[in-house]
Amino acid sequence: MKEFLNESGVFFAVLGAALAALVPGIASAKGVSKGGITAAGIITEDPSLFAKALILQLLPGTQGIYGLIIAFITFAQIGVLGGSSDISLVKGLLYLAACMPMTIVGYASAIRQANAAIASMGVLAKRPDQFGKSMIFPAMVETYAILALLISILAVSGISGINI
Amino acid sequence: MALLQMQRIYIYALKKDRKQILELLQRRGVVEVRKMLKEDKVFSRSDYSTVRQSLEKNIAIADESLAVLNNYVKEDHSLLASLQGRKELPVEAYDSFKEKYMPTIDKAKRIIELTKYIAECRAELSKLQTQVEIIKPWVNLDIPLNFKGTKYTAGFIGTLPRPYTAEEIYERLAQYMPLDVNIISASRDQTCIFVLCLKDHKDKVYEILREMDFALPSLSIDIPPAEKLIQLDQQMEDIQIQIDASIDEMVSYDEYRSDLKFLRDYDTMRLEKYEVLETLLQSKNVFIVTGFIPKKDGASLQEELTAKFTAYVEFEEPKKKDDVPVLYKNNGFSAPLESVVNSYSPPGKGEVDPTMVMSLFYYALFGLMLSDAGYGLLMVIACGVGLIKFRDTIEESMRKTLKMYLYCGIATIFWGIMFSSYFGDIIDIVAKIYFGATDLPIIPPLWFYPVEKPMLMLTFSMAVGLLHLLTGLGMKGYQLIRRKDIKGFIYDVVFWYAILISSAILLLSMKMVTDILGISPNIPDTAVDAAKIAFVAAALGIVLTNGRESRNPFKRFLKGLYALYGLSGYLSDVLSYSRLLALGLATGIIGTVVNQMASMLAKGVVGTIFFIIIVVVGHLLNMAINLLGAYVHTNRLQYVEFFGKFYEGGGNIFKPFSIKTKYYKIKESS
Repeated sequence: MKEFLNESGVFFAVLGAALAALVPGIASAKGVSKGGITAAGIITEDPSLFAKALILQLLPGTQGIYGLIIAFITFAQIGVLGGSSDISLVKGLLYLAACMPMTIVGYASAIRQANAAIASMGVLAKRPDQFGKSMIFPAMVETYAILALLISILAVSGISGINI
Repeated sequence: MALLQMQRIYIYALKKDRKQILELLQRRGVVEVRKMLKEDKVFSRSDYSTVRQSLEKNIAIADESLAVLNNYVKEDHSLLASLQGRKELPVEAYDSFKEKYMPTIDKAKRIIELTKYIAECRAELSKLQTQVEIIKPWVNLDIPLNFKGTKYTAGFIGTLPRPYTAEEIYERLAQYMPLDVNIISASRDQTCIFVLCLKDHKDKVYEILREMDFALPSLSIDIPPAEKLIQLDQQMEDIQIQIDASIDEMVSYDEYRSDLKFLRDYDTMRLEKYEVLETLLQSKNVFIVTGFIPKKDGASLQEELTAKFTAYVEFEEPKKKDDVPVLYKNNGFSAPLESVVNSYSPPGKGEVDPTMVMSLFYYALFGLMLSDAGYGLLMVIACGVGLIKFRDTIEESMRKTLKMYLYCGIATIFWGIMFSSYFGDIIDIVAKIYFGATDLPIIPPLWFYPVEKPMLMLTFSMAVGLLHLLTGLGMKGYQLIRRKDIKGFIYDVVFWYAILISSAILLLSMKMVTDILGISPNIPDTAVDAAKIAFVAAALGIVLTNGRESRNPFKRFLKGLYALYGLSGYLSDVLSYSRLLALGLATGIIGTVVNQMASMLAKGVVGTIFFIIIVVVGHLLNMAINLLGAYVHTNRLQYVEFFGKFYEGGGNIFKPFSIKTKYYKIKESS
């Protein structure tokens, strides 16, 4: 039993990494698609706004990438990408916990950011000269995804040093 | 870090020179015309709205005709063409266009007419095509479709909605013999029949046919279908010939494309001239131009005007209530970022131009976020080639954009070398797979690997952030001193410097903080003590002074306390710079993932091809998405964190009366 518990750690670590890639990825896909629908509407009116609308559309896409980063760092740390993957249960659960900030905040912030990006596209459609300002509003939302990413990075890379 | 000084300018001249003077002003493009004097009995403004409307209409016609022409004859529009810039034409071309003016408008109108005509013809063609489709099944019938019968017989021509044989129909109508039933044609959906019966049986036969869902043909023609078909074919051929002729005519207008473009530009220039004309004060013989001009251009314009015309030019310092337009004056290093400042807001009244100071950080922050020498090199090459290849013709705004990304690329290369990131770890991967290298890394980082020491990178990011914020606060101080607000300088800047620096020292002296950050600064005890004293003194100072606009002492104290709470704002500002770490890592890690995926396939010739494809596509994608991220977040750090400390903006950009054409620019013969 004890042996089983000690060996099942890697499962939870991979679960955490998978969730970090999965959940923000879903949210980013949702967000980018929402933005794309609005952007397509703008392009029918004024095709010259394509590049700017594209920038706004892509803003909620970063959460998926941040999730990927966490998943990748976790894989590298637990040795899934080569090396031994001998991880105790507690450590595995720790990895799972460490992935959670990015997983949850990534999901929520991508969708909220998409809403802000769509509002900014409204600005773009009516006043294309105010693009610089309109870009900042969705970028403010991203701050929280970055903070979550930061905590997840620090936690994941810190766990390997703990001796349990 | 500067703005050009502006002056008010007044030009008094004779009306007979009005056209020449306005055209000269437009070509020089150094005066922003503003209404500065009031109308009176002698001087008044005139209305030119009818002229303006007709010019606007001409511009619309020219635009439409060019768009139509482009549908028929494609213009070469490569990506590089946008770097080419507008074509230069000598002044004479402008002057000599007058003769071509009316014919060109006629051509533009003709092009629009032709496209309408072609559309009508095509509609007609498809109408005839439908008729052909309807008649085709009847082609074997040798009597007209609207045949109803003779003196003693009744005829029914029409369709039944499913296949029938002649026998089936005879069977149904057996009791009304004599009959003649002809199946003209039959298909899966319908049977075309011709039934001839005695006139006496007409109604009965019709009833039975109706029961079988008999329907009359949707066309009624009084000649045999075969003849009609020949007629229709002839008509369609005629229309096709007309369409071809129209298209040929349309294509022949391609050689006038440049004239059409010139027409558009010509009338755009005239439109702006008339807009200016409306703001001028005019008497019977004299007119007055008023506006702003950069001080440096004043003398030369005055000289030119007074030498060429009977005119008097006067300058005046801007009045206090004037909303003076803003024109930047920056060196080649900072000037590309003027557009970034503009998209926030141009400097407002009494503010300094932040472009120069901002540029120092902008490039560095951008480089830190992208931080890959390979991507930086690509940027430098792409922008450099564009700048060199089109150096003579490129538009100024495009030149600045390219320069901005060129400098950003250089900064990216610098940080890429510091952190040893060359398209991720492509050098190591290639060396390992194809050359069997074991002594990795081939190029060690000049400083460190951010992936291996994220805490160090975080500390560095926040240190950069603190420096950026303190610089912003310094700019505020500079502005306050310029306004001679010494009190404000001490209360709002010196105190804050003291509290920020002392709290930084105090934080670094705590073991907990240094453990988290993974650094071990040796701060002498005396410095810590001094910092403690400075912190308390500065905090007291802030509480006592930062609420000074309130008279009520209690309210003042509360406001001061609230201002001190702003310290937490600085904390979140500094934390915001952790995005330097996050975005920097994002570039590096995704690049590494791409390389790893590619390396899994890299075996043999085919594998190598796949390796190359994955590496190229993957890195292009990674570069694009991280370029976007770096651009957005560098702007955010500048706009929110940096500008938030000192800059409000709200000014108006200098918009001179000038030539704002789309296709051509006028070359001055000096």
